[in-house]
Amino acid sequence: MYRSLTVINALGLMLVLFSMTFLLPIITALIYHDGTLLNFTEAMLITFLCGVLMWGLTYRHKGELSIRHGYLLVVVMWTTIPAFATLPLLMVLHNLSFTDAYFETMSGLTTSGGTVLVGLDNLPQAINLWRHELVWLGGMGIIVLVVAIMPLLGIGGRQLYKAETPGPMKDATLTPRITETARSLWLVYLGITLACIASLKIAGMIWFDAVCHAFSVMGLGGFSTHDISIEYFHSPLIEFVLIVFMLVAVVNFATHFLVVRQKSLRPYFKDVEGRSSVLLLLCSCLAVAIILWWHGTYSNFWTALRFASFNLVSIATSAGYANTDFGLWPIFAPLWMLFLSSIGASSGSTGGGIKMIRTIILFKQAGREFTKILHPSAIAPMKIGGAVIPNNIVFSVLAFIFLYFMSVVMLVFIMLLSGLDFITAFTAVIASINNVGPGLGQVGPASNYSGLTDFQTWVCTLAMLIGRLEIVTLLIIFTPKFWKR
Amino acid sequence: MNIIILGTGQVGSTVAESLVSEANDITVVDLDADKLKLLQDRLDLRTLVGNASHPSVLEQAGIADADMLLAVTQSDEVNMVACKLAASLYNTPTKIARIRSADYLAHPVIFDSNNFCVDFSICPEQILTDYICKLIEFPEALQVLEFAGGKVSLVAVRAIEGGPLVGQPLSFMRTHLPHVDARVAAIFRQDRSILPQGDTVIEAGDEVFFIAATENIRSVLKEMRRMDKPAKRVMIVGGGNIGRRLALALEQIYQVKLIEYNKTSCQRLASELSKTLVLHGDCTDENLLRSENIEDVDVFCALTNDDENNIMSSLLAKNGGARKVVALINRSAYVGLVQGGKIDIALSPAHVTIGSLLAHVRQGDVAAVHSLRRGAAEALELVAHGDRDSSKVVGRRIDEIDLPEGANIGAMVRNGVVIIAHHERMIETDDHVIVFVIDKKIIRKVEKLFQIGVGFF
Repeated sequence: MYRSLTVINALGLMLVLFSMTFLLPIITALIYHDGTLLNFTEAMLITFLCGVLMWGLTYRHKGELSIRHGYLLVVVMWTTIPAFATLPLLMVLHNLSFTDAYFETMSGLTTSGGTVLVGLDNLPQAINLWRHELVWLGGMGIIVLVVAIMPLLGIGGRQLYKAETPGPMKDATLTPRITETARSLWLVYLGITLACIASLKIAGMIWFDAVCHAFSVMGLGGFSTHDISIEYFHSPLIEFVLIVFMLVAVVNFATHFLVVRQKSLRPYFKDVEGRSSVLLLLCSCLAVAIILWWHGTYSNFWTALRFASFNLVSIATSAGYANTDFGLWPIFAPLWMLFLSSIGASSGSTGGGIKMIRTIILFKQAGREFTKILHPSAIAPMKIGGAVIPNNIVFSVLAFIFLYFMSVVMLVFIMLLSGLDFITAFTAVIASINNVGPGLGQVGPASNYSGLTDFQTWVCTLAMLIGRLEIVTLLIIFTPKFWKR
Repeated sequence: MNIIILGTGQVGSTVAESLVSEANDITVVDLDADKLKLLQDRLDLRTLVGNASHPSVLEQAGIADADMLLAVTQSDEVNMVACKLAASLYNTPTKIARIRSADYLAHPVIFDSNNFCVDFSICPEQILTDYICKLIEFPEALQVLEFAGGKVSLVAVRAIEGGPLVGQPLSFMRTHLPHVDARVAAIFRQDRSILPQGDTVIEAGDEVFFIAATENIRSVLKEMRRMDKPAKRVMIVGGGNIGRRLALALEQIYQVKLIEYNKTSCQRLASELSKTLVLHGDCTDENLLRSENIEDVDVFCALTNDDENNIMSSLLAKNGGARKVVALINRSAYVGLVQGGKIDIALSPAHVTIGSLLAHVRQGDVAAVHSLRRGAAEALELVAHGDRDSSKVVGRRIDEIDLPEGANIGAMVRNGVVIIAHHERMIETDDHVIVFVIDKKIIRKVEKLFQIGVGFF
């Protein structure tokens, strides 16, 4: 039990750190005089004081975290921080329930991008910025950020890093020290975000929109400052810029880091995962465009290509913008997009879902089974990009897929039980667990999650958290084994 | 010549054997006293037990007076250090090291005179691999040897009923193949050599050696026998150094299967090779061969360390229906025993690789040496120097040259252009001349012929 106090101690420190992130909306409130300055300052102070209190009261238990407490910390942190993040929302928007506010901040931090808020265009700028900032922070990971800027945290940095970053293989670090790795990743992330802000501004957004959308596109969140999302801009150029940056964000940031460090584009071509993702997305764009054109949804092929590629890339990368109501398309297209969202993103990117690397591993495992049948004495290790993948990773991927599948099925049943129709239930769960955002039916691009009951909203919130922490990290603390000594 | 050989492995002992027979003074250094004793029982040489990279050992071996250091121990590092010591401490004129690791070879600067001072590096496994690759590229040939950087090839082929030239005199080749210039260098009929003349008739079963520009090999081969389909499926047995290199070299073009007995090696091989199918099992297990469709295999290469296993698995493969089987056989007694029987090609690693060393030992300017017919015959690439007065070959027509009986000139390479030797052709200075020598005893005479007359200076 005393060790759990260590977790609270570390959590306190993280809250103190997290309270600093309120500075950005405070600055925004100062610039735009939108009347939220006091609220944000208050929220910041509450968070800060809670953090200091937790840290101070458990000071005696400060110490190194074991692996299991690392997992506990990650889960506790991922449930507490969204709660504190709701403070300004609850203070400013009086008729917003805690359920909806928690859904909104969780949707932000897990980079899902599904929203329950209506009238986004009229929200105070600071609130809008806050929502987008949460996406940006959640994209690369708050713990990674903590590990990056607080090497003296004194807690097992590598364990936490592993528990938070997505992907099956996390032992390959880019630099000898985990702090250095985390810092490099955040620097690359920051750099690309700045480039994205500039590109969006040049493409025709105002500064505020450019910053907000850059935050949400880099985190592959899909929040927008407008109710009708990207349709508001009516600009193919903006859509193109967003597509490019979504494709950038769907690639492993470790690859971007290698590109920057080696000053050559070769790592992109050697990254099997990113290569497969991008190729799959581009082929699908073309296919969906042809289907839409064929069905007569759009009479012009180039229009079909424009809408198909933007919405497909957006959904499949788990960003979740829309520039048209793709719920009206032939059912194949939106379901295919949601399917892609479960496999499209790379490990170490800001996207959600199963991740491409796991898909590749399973694909190759299937091939290996065939080889085994045809050549019983063959020795066929699994190789991806020339490197051998050990069997224990293959097994852990198989277990992961099973858990993922079971989670989806169970959550869909719960949603059906609560009275939703199948398409809405299914797509809401898929969209939440893959951190996509919009689904189909009641939660389609034309509407949002505000129509769900409180219970259904909580289920979606849970699904988003399961998806972001890649199931195992969350489920492990609910196993009896975890609590046995 | 005074030569020091470091290491008595496969390479060291065969080199020692063939150098002793050419009247050189040999000292062999190794850590293994038993191996040295075995060697000394057979050959007339001096042996020394000790670590080959220690200066004191080198000194004892007489490196101060040595003309050449041959570092062929198992370890690349020992070989490199020995060369460096020989250069720094004793100024040995020629230093040859066996370097196996491709990593070292990728950086030639390591070997230059500022660093490890390796004058020539040899890698027997690579030579053997290249040799087998050629055999797979030309499945009809018994041997394909390259000269002058690959421009000219010497090919051995067994004439078989059905080839247009079989049963015809040699002169018929010129009328039948007017655009291809080639020269038959030797014919062996029932293991006895026949001097090829214009009216010599090729019979089925003859082993014919011909010299041609490398791009013409296929068309000449067609004259000697019916051509088979090009090879597609290759099965390799034994994933040692040679098997691994061969699989690596072949896997992009052919469909390669590799059988290895050791499971750990299997894992390593499977991770290094990309397209090759690595199989774990016993190469003499006929069920394994059968379940891997031995009847469809075009070339079967048995390359394990064990002669008996290689022979037995090759026989099994041939029986099972493999089209062509190649067996690696270290013991020279076995080579004569099995070659030409059921096993199509018996490879003696020593004879394949010795040439690359011999080229450095020979007198005169020898660019390449290939040992033929288990060391009985030899093909040399000599560089002609001097002029009509100083040299016995330059400025003369080929039929003017006083070649000893049993030697004949096959081709010249002049400024990169291949000239097939005919009676009336002239040899010029700096020509690379390819000479085929049927009997090893006359090699010295041939070398002398190409040396510049002493009186001239």
